[in-house]
Order: sequence, then structure tokens, then C-alpha cells
Amino acid sequence: MSFFNKIFVGSVLLILGFSTVSLADESAKLVVEGQPMITRVKAPSHMENVDEIRSGWTFRIKETQSLQMDDFENPGMIFVDKGLDLWNKVEGSKNKACASCHDDASEFKGLRTVMPRWNESANALWSLEDHVNNCRTEQMGAEPLKWGAAPMDSLIAVISLQSRGMPMNVKIDGAVAPLWEIGKELFYTRVGQLDMACSNCHEDNYGIMIRADHLSQGQINGFPAYRLKNAKLNSIHARFKGCMKNIRATPYKVGGDEFRALELYVASRGNGLSSEAPSVRN
Amino acid sequence: MKIDRRGLLAVGGSLACTTLVPFKAIASETDEAIAKFTGGANIGTGGITLTTPEIAENGNTVPISVESGKASSIILLALGNPNPNVATINFGPLSGSRMTSTRIRLRKTQEVVAIAKLEDGSFTKDVKTVKVTIGGCGG
Amino acid sequence: MAKGVKPRIKVPKQASAGDMITIKTLISHKMETGLRKDSDGNKIPRSIINRFTCDFNGENVVDVGLDPAISVNPYFQFNAIVPESGEFKFTWYDDDGSVYEKAKKITVT
Ligand code: HEC
Ligand code: HEC
Repeated sequence: MSFFNKIFVGSVLLILGFSTVSLADESAKLVVEGQPMITRVKAPSHMENVDEIRSGWTFRIKETQSLQMDDFENPGMIFVDKGLDLWNKVEGSKNKACASCHDDASEFKGLRTVMPRWNESANALWSLEDHVNNCRTEQMGAEPLKWGAAPMDSLIAVISLQSRGMPMNVKIDGAVAPLWEIGKELFYTRVGQLDMACSNCHEDNYGIMIRADHLSQGQINGFPAYRLKNAKLNSIHARFKGCMKNIRATPYKVGGDEFRALELYVASRGNGLSSEAPSVRN
Repeated sequence: MKIDRRGLLAVGGSLACTTLVPFKAIASETDEAIAKFTGGANIGTGGITLTTPEIAENGNTVPISVESGKASSIILLALGNPNPNVATINFGPLSGSRMTSTRIRLRKTQEVVAIAKLEDGSFTKDVKTVKVTIGGCGG
Repeated sequence: MAKGVKPRIKVPKQASAGDMITIKTLISHKMETGLRKDSDGNKIPRSIINRFTCDFNGENVVDVGLDPAISVNPYFQFNAIVPESGEFKFTWYDDDGSVYEKAKKITVT
């Protein structure tokens, strides 16, 4: 049997549910360092086709799941450490570090759960990356950090960690309402050579296997997420980009308008789930 | 629109893009590593437990653990890797139960072998097959 | 010295004499296997942690030889028996000759 035939038949078996091993322990409870996380909850009312939302953690195999339950085991915490070093590092023309003004990152408790959100003074939808770069350019006189690169993701992990366990609570009305609608439309729009939408996988088919990948709801409550695949933190937009490449679509720009709107919409599909960052994923 | 089988099949195919680079671990390398450890002695079974996931979500980080109550040392081998050696653990006088957990890299589906040298000088082994399906592509 | 290397350990602060305790160790290290090629097709040289040891008051707990098949950021969990109060010493040996050390005291009651 040729290589491609094997893959083809293998895929058919997996998709028809002939996979012999159930990979994930779907009833497992996520407790991180003694703190229980909400990993399954009633879907927010704006979601018409899903009753219960579930963290991506519930779809992982137990070995991957357990990596997230103990901060020593969680490789994402290495990047939190690196982020803290950066927090204290003086940079820019004003000779300041983040710590010069925010001596303790714990002042950002809760911030992750409401991001992205409307920023009045900028008259724009802001992700956490925008706060970091705004402070770097305006408060420190330093260069902005690149979205999706390790220094940015590490700082965002430090900020996000302060909200760990708190339920996601992104606002979708008011000034952001039109952007939320755009994000929703993007989620349901088929793109790429495979002509698929996010929803085809993460709404219509979560729970099935795509080869060895147990398909989740595509939630972002765990981001930035440490992935076994690339052994580093992955930002929200980088993850979106990866999924678009998988369906052979030209990805939107990281930090661009489409992904910002999509981030808002996808975040709102997770309202009620605990923020888990830094989570561990496959 | 519900199941889009054609699309998912195509994705299943595309995820295979970089997997299965044909590579045979040279059997003699494995034999050599084992001979170096055992000096050619017979290897029994029992008294050692190797724990691995049945299917690894990603070959880059496969958590494994091994325990053998009376071991003075243990070697770990991955028979399908370019180089079968993984680690050699020597237990000192202050080690507690003779166990260790670590994380290893597996290039493809293969057998992982743990061989313990016991305090009485005899050898015992345990073998587990780990399926590795994602070879480093896909989202 | 390789970049970004940082050893971490988790040891209980206290134990009773003769107790068996669990120790976790992790060192951030890229563990370059020597099998990869860079974008120009040149082999990236091997650069790994090749040995890790843990001693307590000068006596050995474990001595581990590592090969490139150990994952990025080598992690080891194991047990130790603590006869008395004292200090654990952890040592990691890098291919490039660097040696990283960390120590941790424990009180035995
Ligand atoms: C010179 C002082 C100063 C420095 C240095 C500074 N910030 Fe800020 N930061 C502020 C002020 C003032 C605000 C509130 C006004 C605003 O959003 O611009 C703020 C707001 C923020 C917010 C949004 C908080 C919220 O709840 O809305 C974040 C996140 C943040 N900073 C992160 C950082 C990070 C990360 C660094 C280092 C890269 C940093 N800041 C450096 C002064 C500073
Ligand atoms: C062909 C199916 C497919 C499509 C279409 C797809 N993804 Fe994914 N996505 C996956 C797979 C497979 C994974 C990895 C397993 C998992 O977590 O579901 C994944 C993971 C994710 C994750 C990480 C979830 C977590 O908990 O870590 C996010 C977020 C995500 N996708 C968002 C999207 C978005 C947004 C789109 C549309 C632009 C999209 N995906 C389109 C297959 C798909």
C-alpha cells in the first residue's frame, strides 16, 4: 500500500471513529496549584449552536493535561520567568523598566479576562500586546516588541498569569459591537484551498480526531499557550495563523484588523471559562 | 453544514507533510548500547515498570517514568531514534525508591526500552510501544 | 556558556529523619541534538546537557547521563532519603564545558 493510501485509509478510520484508543480524559478536573479551573460551562447566550463550552485542556491526553496542573511541571512557566526578567529590565531613552511604574504585576489581576477591549483614547480595539507596546513607546521611549515573538509573549504570560482561574469576561456590546460582528463573520467564512471555516472544525466537529489531533473548540482562554510541538509560548494570533495555514489559506496579518476582530469574537466564545495562561497544549 | 469529510480528509493528509522520513535505527547500535551496559549478561523480565503514554500527542515531549525497586542503575533506549541512547540513571546510596521521570523525544512510533541492573548484578527489562503520529507539522 | 540556561529545583523545606522525599529538577536548555540543519543546510553542532548529578551532604543521590533524546529543558523527578539536616547539591554539565550548580537546604526534624 502506498504511503498516501495509508494516510487516506487511516484518516477514514479515524474520522469514522474506528480509532481504538480514546486519548483524552474528558471528565478530568483541572486544578492548578490547588486552584480549581472552570473548564466546562454553559455556553454564552450569543452562541447559537453550542450548549456547553470546554477548555482545550479537556481534549488533551492525560499526560499533557498533567503538565498544566503543577507550575514546576508546566514548561510555560519558564517563559513567565523570562518575562519577569524582562519586567525588571531597564530599556529605552527614559531609562525605565516595566517595574519602574508597575512594581508588581499583580496590579493587572483580571486584565486578561477582559481583553481584547475598546480603548477610548486610541479609539481602537486593543489586545494586551497594544498595552505592552504603548507603554514601551510612550512611557519608556523603547522600541515596540514584535507580536508573537518570545519577549512579547513572555511579558503577556506574566500579565495573564495574574488572572489565572478568573472567568473570561470579554465585552461584546458598545463600541466593539461592529468589530465583534466582523469577527463572527470571519469565524464562519470558508477560506483557503480546503474551503473551510473555523466553525467547520471547532464548532461542527470538535471531539473528533484529525489523525492524532483531538479537535477542540478552538478556545483562547489558555493563551499564551505552551505547545509541545514547538516547545515555546504561542500567541493567539500565531495560533490563528497556524490553523489558516493548515487549511491552505493565506493567513491574515498577525496584529492586523482581521485577527483582532477574530480574537474578540473567539474570546467571547470562551466567556465563563477560566483564564488558564500559560496553558499546555499539543 | 455538518461534517465536511472531504475537507477533513485533505487536512489529515496535509498534516502528514513532514512525517515518516525513512530512517532505520541501526540495530547494531542498540545491541552495542545494551552490551556496554550488561556486558553480555542475560536480561530477564519483571521487577521493572516503564510507564509511557500509549499515544504521544507530540514526539518532542513524551513524559515517561521508570521504576525498579532493587536497581542500582537503569538505561533508557528508544529503538526508532537516529541514536537509540536516551539516558543512563545511576542510583546513589541516598536515592529513595529507584524511580525517575523525565521527558524524551521520539522521532516516530517505536519501542522504548528500560533495562535495570539490579543490586545482585542481574538484569531485567521492560518494553513499551509509543505511537507518535504528529511528526512536527500542522497548525 | 549556552544562552538562557537556568536551573530550577523543587525540594521540600522540611522532612522527618529517614523520610523519602520527592525532588523535581528542570534546567532551561535548548538541547540541540546535532542532527538538525540550519537554513543554509549546515549541520547545527550538538549542544546538550550531558550529565546531571544530585548529592546530599557529599553523598550521591542520582547521577544521570543524558543523550540528545532528552527533551528541551531537561526535567528529572526522583526520590531521596534524608538522614539528617543538610544541603542538596545539584550539578548540570554542558557539552560546552559549562557547569551549572544549585544548592538547597533541608531541615530534618
Ligand atoms: C513610566 C511609567 C510606565 C512604565 C515604564 C510602564 N508603564 Fe504600563 N502603564 C503606565 C500607565 C500610566 C498606565 C495607564 C495609562 C495607560 O494605559 O497608558 C499603564 C498601563 C499599562 C497596562 C494596562 C493596564 C490596565 O489595566 O489598563 C499594562 C498591561 C501595562 N501598562 C504594562 C506595562 C508593561 C508590560 C511595561 C513594560 C514593558 C510597562 N507597562 C511600562 C505607566 C508605565
Ligand atoms: C481543519 C480543521 C481546523 C480549522 C478549519 C481550524 N482549526 Fe483551529 N485547530 C485545529 C486543530 C487540529 C487544532 C489542535 C487541536 C485542538 O486544540 O483543537 C486547532 C487548535 C486551535 C486553537 C487552540 C486551542 C487551544 O485550546 O489551545 C485555536 C485557538 C484555534 N484552533 C483557532 C482556530 C481559528 C480561529 C480558526 C479559523 C481561522 C481555526 N482554528 C480553524 C483544526 C482546525
